[in-house]
Amino acid sequence: MGSDPTGILLSVEDLHVRYGAVEVLKGVNLQVRQGECVALIGANGAGKSTTLMAISGLVPPVKGRIRFSGEAIDRLPAEAVVRRGVTQVPEGRRIFPRMTVMENLLLGAGQRPDRRRIAQELSEVFDLFPILRDRQRQLAGTLSGGEQQMLALARGLMARPRLLLLDEPSLGLAPKLVAQLFEVIRRIHAEGMTILLVEQNAYQALRVAETAFVLETGRVVLHGPAAALRENPAVKQAYLGG
Amino acid sequence: MSPGEFFLQQFINGLAIGSIYALIALGYTMVYGIIQLINFAHGEIFMAGAYLGLAAILLIGSIGPIGAAAGAAPALSLVLTILTAAAGCALLGLAVERVAYRPLRQAPKLSVLITAIGVSFFLQNAVMLSFGAQDRYVPPLLPVLHARIGSVTVTLMQGIVLAVSLMLMMGLQGIVYGTALGRAMRATAQDPLAARLMGIPVNRIIAVTFAMGSALAGVGGVLFGLTYSTINFHDGYLTGLKAFTAAVLGGIGNIPGAMLGGLLLGFLEGFAAAYLSTQWKNVVAFTVLVLVLILRPRGLLGERVAERA
Repeated sequence: MGSDPTGILLSVEDLHVRYGAVEVLKGVNLQVRQGECVALIGANGAGKSTTLMAISGLVPPVKGRIRFSGEAIDRLPAEAVVRRGVTQVPEGRRIFPRMTVMENLLLGAGQRPDRRRIAQELSEVFDLFPILRDRQRQLAGTLSGGEQQMLALARGLMARPRLLLLDEPSLGLAPKLVAQLFEVIRRIHAEGMTILLVEQNAYQALRVAETAFVLETGRVVLHGPAAALRENPAVKQAYLGG
Repeated sequence: MSPGEFFLQQFINGLAIGSIYALIALGYTMVYGIIQLINFAHGEIFMAGAYLGLAAILLIGSIGPIGAAAGAAPALSLVLTILTAAAGCALLGLAVERVAYRPLRQAPKLSVLITAIGVSFFLQNAVMLSFGAQDRYVPPLLPVLHARIGSVTVTLMQGIVLAVSLMLMMGLQGIVYGTALGRAMRATAQDPLAARLMGIPVNRIIAVTFAMGSALAGVGGVLFGLTYSTINFHDGYLTGLKAFTAAVLGGIGNIPGAMLGGLLLGFLEGFAAAYLSTQWKNVVAFTVLVLVLILRPRGLLGERVAERA
């Protein structure tokens, strides 16, 4: 696959998405560079999750382009987007509750029959989340909320994605678990994973990311280095509690 | 015949017809499990399977060399007949899903349900126009043999019904719980959106589910035709309804439940017919269904609705 000379792995250009009569995205533009962690922050209903859904091929854009590695992916079905290396860990975890932890992980690995590669991914994922190794035969629905989020993340990593989309990973977790989760995200990123992170917890998101985009009612209103946005008065007031 | 032997005889009769219900019930439960649709056309797929089986039997008999070979080896013609019906019904199920249900994936459930009833009428009439409205005789493929244990009789056909059903159910269980395809089917049933995010081609998995359920119903149709020797284009209605009942009894969406429900319904009917009268068998069977659903609305093996944290 050809890589873009500018280092841009994902680019979203003038993305418009409509749910019935409601235009949710009104021309979103954003870029993710190879190896970068990008935060997409904004209030509830700003269109963060919809942006990820459109990238994953689950909602068709009415206008605009989504390019991954230079290739337009906005007309591809979801499974084709996954095959190109874009994996989403969805909001609310959405693990398969009546399947074992192991089955969930194997589903994450995709439809590939390559056993050796799957075994290697499993051992990497278990190193990252030792608790899952102990629980691999347990039904996923019986895990605690924090463990389920770890499973969702591990399941996403099993696909060995080139771009990992994380949708509100900290939602509903206790503060101690949130800190743990961001530690894991930091570690995955440090090992080279490119991440697009959607978060309501702007404080944590702007700490782990290098670049950030602020979404307001379907448009990017602000973007730049995460460190700069952390000091931006408007961002401070709206998303960091003053 | 002692009371004990009489009971055993009814048990065997119930087991044989119950296995056929179970084969059909699996299709209802698999489709419901994956897209929450009561596929009311499924009984007609079963009926079409019986007719495809009949067509295969007549065809095999009419082609000289094959007919001669098949005449010499009845088991071969049985296998050919079953394979024809299974393959034909799988294709029919695929076509029905593609033409009638897939375009309605986002439509209200009621529209799909009414479409299913429409498909059901369509298939009934298609078979009636091709094979006629009168009962059709299904010539026996196998010699009429039976084994006796004391005064209890097991016919060869009952043995075949049991063996074939058991093999298919074990095979299905193996696929659903032991292969990547089965894992994808269960994932799609539990959370279609998450399944798509895992790269599972959900539409294809749904189509495969229809094909598998329809193939099982097709085999059920052949066994039904060979057991009763006559078939009619209306047969899908009552038998389909009973198999649906069996699926609900076991817990709709649950595969072992459909097998259990089918067998139970077969026993209930068999015992009601033997100890009361054949006119009462449906009354008894459906009364038990109502009672079970009052006491256990999810069915015998029904699962709780998926817990989402």
